[in-house]
Amino acid sequence: MNGFFDIPSDLQHSYFGLVGLHLREALLPVLAGLLAALPIAQLCVRFRRLYAPVLGVTTVLYAIPSLAFFVVLIDYTGQSEITVMIPLAVYSLVVFVPAIVDGVRSVPQETLDAATAMGLGPVRRYLQVQLPIAAPAIIAGLRVATVSSISLVSVGMLIGNQGGLGNLLHDGMIYNQPRLVWLSVVGTAVLAVLADTVLVAVRLLLTPWMPRDTHGIRTAGADTQTTTRPEPTAVALEDAVR
Amino acid sequence: MIRIDSVTKRYPDGTVAVDRLSLEIPDRSITVFVGPSGCGKTTTLRMINRMVDPSEGRILLDGVDIQAQPVNTLRRSMGYVIQNAGLFQHRSIVDNIATVPRLLGWSKQKARARAAELMARVGLDASLAKRYPYQLSGGQQQRVGVARALAADPPVLLMDEPFSAVDPVVRKGLQDELLRIQEELGKTIVFVTHDIDEAIKLGTMVAVMRTGGKLAQFAPPAELLSAPADAFVEDFLGADRGIRRLSFFPSGELELRTAPVVAIDAEAGQIAARAADEAPYLLVTDLDGKPLGWSAAEDLTAGAIDRDRLLSYGRPFVPGTDSLRAALDGAVLSPTGWAVGVDATGRVVGVVSQQIIGEAIRSAHATGRSTAKVGR
Repeated sequence: MNGFFDIPSDLQHSYFGLVGLHLREALLPVLAGLLAALPIAQLCVRFRRLYAPVLGVTTVLYAIPSLAFFVVLIDYTGQSEITVMIPLAVYSLVVFVPAIVDGVRSVPQETLDAATAMGLGPVRRYLQVQLPIAAPAIIAGLRVATVSSISLVSVGMLIGNQGGLGNLLHDGMIYNQPRLVWLSVVGTAVLAVLADTVLVAVRLLLTPWMPRDTHGIRTAGADTQTTTRPEPTAVALEDAVR
Repeated sequence: MIRIDSVTKRYPDGTVAVDRLSLEIPDRSITVFVGPSGCGKTTTLRMINRMVDPSEGRILLDGVDIQAQPVNTLRRSMGYVIQNAGLFQHRSIVDNIATVPRLLGWSKQKARARAAELMARVGLDASLAKRYPYQLSGGQQQRVGVARALAADPPVLLMDEPFSAVDPVVRKGLQDELLRIQEELGKTIVFVTHDIDEAIKLGTMVAVMRTGGKLAQFAPPAELLSAPADAFVEDFLGADRGIRRLSFFPSGELELRTAPVVAIDAEAGQIAARAADEAPYLLVTDLDGKPLGWSAAEDLTAGAIDRDRLLSYGRPFVPGTDSLRAALDGAVLSPTGWAVGVDATGRVVGVVSQQIIGEAIRSAHATGRSTAKVGR
């Protein structure tokens, strides 16, 4: 072994190549999940009766172990990245749908009435008023989904070389090399913390209109929503157990 | 002119919010809809900009059915002010105000310049332009709401309980500001409130509505106070109807007395001469002519008048500007029973007794002069 970051050749990547792969496999599903959740959430806002069943379905999907997903998917998508990313995207819905629905619903009725009365049609009202005001709640959901996804990618190791840093962990254990285990575990944690930091920065940039003394959901105008969303770390731990 | 033509709003569950309402809202004046909650006043307002569609009847704007034009075009031609302002919390004050001009396709610069102009008009400091709504007080937010409604210079302004959520002092300030702005701009304002005093203060015409969406009376405020149509209106107007009605009687024709007024440096002879007049008390003024207080003539010693021993002169009124209500209030407040009339700069122009005011009220009743609205 020459350098600290050298890793076994059976992984077919350099350490940083593996980091890149890990990020791609973690973040693309989150993005896909967000894009899918926006219309689903809008339907739930529009048709209130849909919300409870939709929430039930996302929760049930979240309860399916990733291994079971892989077994089903492997027939269609093979031992590919896609097989790892589809379950991750599906899992993110359980966070995104309620986050967006709560966010959009928290827009005060007066604000919506004022928008309507000023002649904003439904599309403008959604894009220019509801979505921007829901942004903090959506980003809060995005943080949870991102961190959880970064920790979850590692299970891709189970279907071959598709677990990003998870493969490194596996190698570390079979070759009995603690250095590789550390590189994998600490690397994953650093990625999660960095991604979360970036998202916090994005929220601060996007929401100069929020009172700065609170950290999280809006207080001005709207009643403070008591969203019972799990803390990022709690979800990450829970996922790590899977 | 907005004409509401036998409009009914019935909801699918059978509740009737507005029941065959017909009335004409005159141009360039403030028409107030007032009534208890559930009387359909807000529903009526919302039908004017089609946020609610009537089940029956129609609403005409300058003779044309409001259904005739695209809904968003109609709405952009009507300013809308709402309780709690309903500002866009994610936009700066200037961008909030510029909303409708931007929707109408104005350039960003032009819309912002217009917004700055309106901030001045509604009494907001220019330094607030870049702030966000959460950084403003309730009263300031409501001013932004009014500025936002006025931004595209719409001929019609709809106001739905705009001042209900602010404290009484701020509310009075906003009401006075609205009257001032209305004097300058002459909009057709439709105003909804549950506060009868606000209705009487602001309204050129007042529509009193009762539960079930029926119009109880539509009249100028003075007429409402002098001749309520039925027991419901009378009850809704509440106590002090007679006193409040005095707000509509001008004080310009009161005969003020100047004899019982002495300056603080008055000589003994002067005091004696003035005291010989009909008044048992003398009003002492400072050298500038501003009132200090009342005193019995025999308690006044020339050259040594003690300001601290003078009796309260109540609250002075401005003859011609203030109403008989203000004059009577001043007379009742002072233990001497006399009111002090002052000019705009606060100098005494004369004094008047409760008795003289009482005669003026009787003669005003006799001639029925109570149409013009007088200040406070």
